[in-house]
Amino acid sequence: MSLRIVVCVKYVPDATGDRQFTEDLTVNRDDVDGLLSELDEYAVEQALQIADEADDAEITVLTVGPEDAKDALRKALSMGADKAIHVEDDDLHGTDVMGTSLVLAKAIEKAGYDLVITGMASTDGTMGVLPAILAERLGVPQVTLLSEVKVEDGTVTGRRDGDTASEQLEASLPALVSVTDQSGEARYPSFKGIMAAKKKPVESWDLEDLEIEADEVGLEGSWTAVDSAAQRPARTAGTIVKDEGEGGKQLAEFLAGQKFI
Amino acid sequence: MAEVLVYVDHVDGAVRKPTLELLTLARRIGEPVAVALGAGADATAAVLAEHGAVKVLTADAPEFTEYLVVPKVDALQAAYEAVSPAAVLVPSSAEGKEIAARLAVRIGSGIITDAVDLEAGDEGPVATQSAFAASFTTKSRVSKGTPVITVKPNSAPVEAAPAAGAVEALAVTFGALATGTKVTGRTPRESTGRPELTEAAIVVSGGRGVNGAENFGIIEALADSLGAAVGASRAAVDAGWYPHTNQVGQTGKSVSPQLYIASGISGAIQHRAGMQTSKTIVAINKDAEAPIFDLVDYGVVGDLFAVVPQLTDEIKARKG
Ligand SMILES: Cc1cc2nc3c(=O)[nH]c(=O)nc-3n(C[C@H](O)[C@H](O)[C@H](O)COP(=O)(O)OP(=O)(O)OC[C@H]3O[C@@H](n4cnc5c(N)ncnc54)[C@H](O)[C@@H]3O)c2cc1C
Ligand SMILES: Nc1ncnc2c1ncn2[C@@H]1O[C@H](COP(=O)(O)O)[C@@H](O)[C@H]1O
Repeated sequence: MSLRIVVCVKYVPDATGDRQFTEDLTVNRDDVDGLLSELDEYAVEQALQIADEADDAEITVLTVGPEDAKDALRKALSMGADKAIHVEDDDLHGTDVMGTSLVLAKAIEKAGYDLVITGMASTDGTMGVLPAILAERLGVPQVTLLSEVKVEDGTVTGRRDGDTASEQLEASLPALVSVTDQSGEARYPSFKGIMAAKKKPVESWDLEDLEIEADEVGLEGSWTAVDSAAQRPARTAGTIVKDEGEGGKQLAEFLAGQKFI
Repeated sequence: MAEVLVYVDHVDGAVRKPTLELLTLARRIGEPVAVALGAGADATAAVLAEHGAVKVLTADAPEFTEYLVVPKVDALQAAYEAVSPAAVLVPSSAEGKEIAARLAVRIGSGIITDAVDLEAGDEGPVATQSAFAASFTTKSRVSKGTPVITVKPNSAPVEAAPAAGAVEALAVTFGALATGTKVTGRTPRESTGRPELTEAAIVVSGGRGVNGAENFGIIEALADSLGAAVGASRAAVDAGWYPHTNQVGQTGKSVSPQLYIASGISGAIQHRAGMQTSKTIVAINKDAEAPIFDLVDYGVVGDLFAVVPQLTDEIKARKG
C-alpha cells in the first residue's frame, strides 16, 4: 500500500526584507516579498528521501495562507512533491497557532495520511509549537525536532538532539514528524522539476470544505491578543575603534569600565 | 490569592536557573505552585520553597523518561485540574514549549511562547515578546482560557522569597497517547564545565572568521577568562568546528546575556535573532562594514587572531 505523506509548508515574509506589523497588529504580508519558509524546505527534502526509500509513496504539500502562498506550494512541487492543497479563506486573516493547527488538522484528515512532516518552526512566527499541537489534535505520536529520520515497515525512527541529551526515538505510523535544519541540505529544484510542477494538481479548499466555522479562526477566533507592537529603538551608536596594535587592550578598558572585569 | 502553576526544569533534583526566574514572575501574578516530575522531583522542594513556591507537586514514573513529552503533559494537566490556577508558566526550552502547547490545546487555552517579561494586567497577565529578530517588542495576552505562557531564560532576576514549599504527591494517570513515542536510546551531553549557554551572564561567540576547529581554543580561552559560555554562528557549526548545541541564532539557542562578544561573525539576521536582546554587545571583525557593527556598544575593527588573545591576556592581568 502506498505511503501517504503530507508535508505542511508555510509561506512567510522574507526575513532579509523589512518586516512590519499592520494596523491590526498582524504580520504585514502585503508589502514584503514572500517565499517558502527555508525551514520547511528541510521537511520537503526529508519527505522526498523517505518517498525514495519506500516502494510506493505519494507526497502532498499543504499550506494555509493567502493567495500568494501558492508560490510556496509551487516551490515544493518543483522540488518533487506530487500534489498540493491550498487552504484559503478570507475569514482566516489573523488566525493564531490554535486556529491554524485546527485548519491543518482537518485538512490533513480530509486528505488522508500515514505520515505528516513539518518544519521545526516558521521563520516569521518562530513559535515552533505547531507540530506538537498538530500531533495532539490528530491523536498520533509526535516525533519532533529530528536531525535524522527514517521510515521502515510502518515505523518511524529518528534522532532528537536536545539540550541535555541526544535521544533515539521510535513510533508507529500514523505519526507526525518535524525536522530541524540539521537534517540535511534541501535540494534545488531542477529545470525539469520546475516545468513538471506547472502540471501538478493544486486543490483549493476553504473553511466550508473543512466544516470549520468562521468564528473558530481569524482574529475573532484567536485565543491570544496582541495589544501593542513597538519597533525597538535603534541601538545608540557604539564606539568603534580600528585595531592599531592596542585593540585588545582598548576593549579590555571598555569592559572594565562596564564592570565586566 | 490565585495560584500560578510553575513547571520545574531540573536535572535529577538540581533546579535550573530559568525555573527560579519563573518563580519571580509567578509571584507578580499570584502564589506559585511548582510541578516537578521524574527522578529527584522531591529533592527540588527546598530550593523552590526558598524562591517562593507555596506548594510543590511531585510525581515520578518510568514513563517520564521512556516516552517523549506526552507523559509530562498528562502530569501537568493533572496538576492543572487539581489546582485550577490563574496561569501556567513553563520554561521556554524546546521540550518546555511542546509540553505547554499540548496542555494549552487540551484545556482550551491560548498560548504565548518565548515571553521576555510578564506583568499582572486588568485582563490577565501581560507578556512582553520580541518579534522579527528582536526588531519589534510586542505586548500580548491570552484571551481564552487559562493563560499558558513559556518564558525565556534571563527574563527576570532570581529572588529569595521564602515560602512553605510543602511537597504533595500528584496522582497521574497516563492516557493512550502517552506511550506513542518511545525513547529507545539516550546519550547525555558531556559537561564542558562552562556555564549553560542560555543561562550565562556572558557569552563569547566565534564565527566563520575563526577559521577552523583548532582555532576555537582562542575563543574558549577568552570565555574562560570571563567565566563565560561559548557560542558559535551557524557557519562555524556547519563547518564542523563547534557543536550544534552551541549555535546561537534562529535555529540554535536564543541568548540574552549581560554581555555578548562576537568574534569573526558578520551579524546575519538569523544570527541576530538569537542575540539581539543581549544587554551589552561587543564585536571584533576585520571588515568595518560587517552588519554586526550596527548593534555594538563597542567594536574593534581588526584581526581576531591579534585582538582576542591580547584581550584575554589583559583580562587575566587585570584580574590578577
Ligand atoms: C533558515 C535559516 C536559519 C539560520 N539560522 C542561523 C542561526 O541559528 N545562527 C546563525 O549564526 N546563523 C544562522 N543562519 C545563517 C546565517 O544566515 C549566516 O549565514 C551565518 O550566521 C553566517 O555566519 P558567520 O557570521 O560566522 O559567517 P560570515 O557571514 O561568513 O561572516 C564571517 C565574518 O568573519 C569576519 N572575519 C573573517 N576572518 C576574520 C579575522 N581573522 N578576524 C576578524 N574577523 C574575521 C568576516 O569579515 C565576516 O564578517 C541561518 C540561515 C537560514 C537561511
Ligand atoms: N500556515 C501554515 N500552513 C502550513 N504549515 C504551517 C503553517 N504554519 C506553520 N506550519 C508548519 O508548522 C511548522 C512550525 O510552525 P510554527 O509553530 O508556526 O513555528 C512549520 O515549519 C510548518 O511546517
